[in-house]
Amino acid sequence: MGALVMSKAITIDGKSVSFIDGQTIMDAALAAGVYIPHLCHNPEFEPHGNCKLCIVSVNGRNMTACTMPAAEDMVVASDTPELDSDRQALVQMLFVEGNHICPACEASGNCQLQAAAYYLKMLSPHFMHFYPPREVDASHPDIFLDLNRCILCELCVRASREVDGKNVFGISGRGIGTHLVVNAASGRLGDTNFAVTDKAAQVCPTGAILIKRQGYKIPIGQRTFDHKKISEVQMEPAKRTEPEHE
Amino acid sequence: MNEKRKIRVATCSLAGCFGCHMSLLDIDEKLFDLLGVIEFDRTPFTDIKHCGPCDIGIVEGGVSNAENVHVLKEFRENCKVLVAIGACAITGGVPALRNNIDLWDCFQEVYLYEGGLEGNQIPNDPELPLPFDKVYPIYEVVKVDYFLPGCPPSADTIWKFLTDLIEGREPKLDYEMLHYD
Ligand code: SF4
Ligand code: SF4
Ligand code: FES
Repeated sequence: MGALVMSKAITIDGKSVSFIDGQTIMDAALAAGVYIPHLCHNPEFEPHGNCKLCIVSVNGRNMTACTMPAAEDMVVASDTPELDSDRQALVQMLFVEGNHICPACEASGNCQLQAAAYYLKMLSPHFMHFYPPREVDASHPDIFLDLNRCILCELCVRASREVDGKNVFGISGRGIGTHLVVNAASGRLGDTNFAVTDKAAQVCPTGAILIKRQGYKIPIGQRTFDHKKISEVQMEPAKRTEPEHE
Repeated sequence: MNEKRKIRVATCSLAGCFGCHMSLLDIDEKLFDLLGVIEFDRTPFTDIKHCGPCDIGIVEGGVSNAENVHVLKEFRENCKVLVAIGACAITGGVPALRNNIDLWDCFQEVYLYEGGLEGNQIPNDPELPLPFDKVYPIYEVVKVDYFLPGCPPSADTIWKFLTDLIEGREPKLDYEMLHYD
């Protein structure tokens, strides 16, 4: 029976990719070793579809690969100059909507937002910077939360809820006012039961959640994305969820 | 004219740390090759005070005060091709860390709480340019033709970029040459 089900297929950039019912386009692509850029997707968690970086054209309509269930005979285009330029614009918007000063960020070189920008050959953020006022929360003994760098991917929210069973993080507000909140009356991370060993402390794709006392243990120039593209790193399933900041 | 006209290049540092200029000097003996085909107009190397007509203008640093705007506009008006070099020119960079701190608070922190050589006072000489409330990337003030990221870009990256540009190719950086840090 399994073999029969396996025979269903979609095509991605002309390549036939098999899938089983219930898999998304992203699941099928990852399993087949076909790279579709993504930031908020991590196969360990329920897909959320909030960064839109995985935008693909499905039978001529743009959709997010991480949330769209694969269906027989779908014709998917992903690796096209048009889609990469849309993706670059999305990444540029993420840069100007936060405060990303990479030379002063401990995640630099290990950061997936930055790595996605490298992959898409982003030379400048292009748009006007918002320079939004955002908080840094250093109240926790082992972890910094720097909202200047949060891209609202909700991976920490999902990890804390689904894996740690704690619900330390949530998202509040709408539109440009959307922001990450911490589940404590004071709103401070130090007043939660968040622990450095939590899954949620390991999944942040950016420098928004940083483990304290790790600073510059690995020098700039020797970090994950200094020599490897995000497309290679995200296709190494065993390594992709290991802590990026150690 | 049998000698090929040299490409005229101007450079300046606005709200930057001169790191990008140091990295340019780091191309070492290739500087001689470079000087075979280019000549400098206004730069910290020549001490020429104003930018004249140039082929290429290279701007390091963001815009943090009124003088930065005057210099930047002079570059834009005189340079056929304007290049933003380094994180500060492209994003505001480290100086933009002050963008969410009130300017008055910054001044008090720097000049009042910890006394300087002249005691505890905020400098207020009419010669000093007016600081802005925020530091801006240069592309938010003038049109920029090329961006060369890095903090600073390495000497090799600068060399690759400049040789592409000077030889009339669209500058192209390999993966390992594109960095924001
Ligand atoms: S989180 Fe990533 S993109 Fe943002 S400043 Fe840090 S390294 Fe740069
Ligand atoms: S803190 Fe990190 S993991 Fe959490 S939503 Fe922001 S970017 Fe995503
Ligand atoms: S990876 Fe699909 S929307 Fe973020």
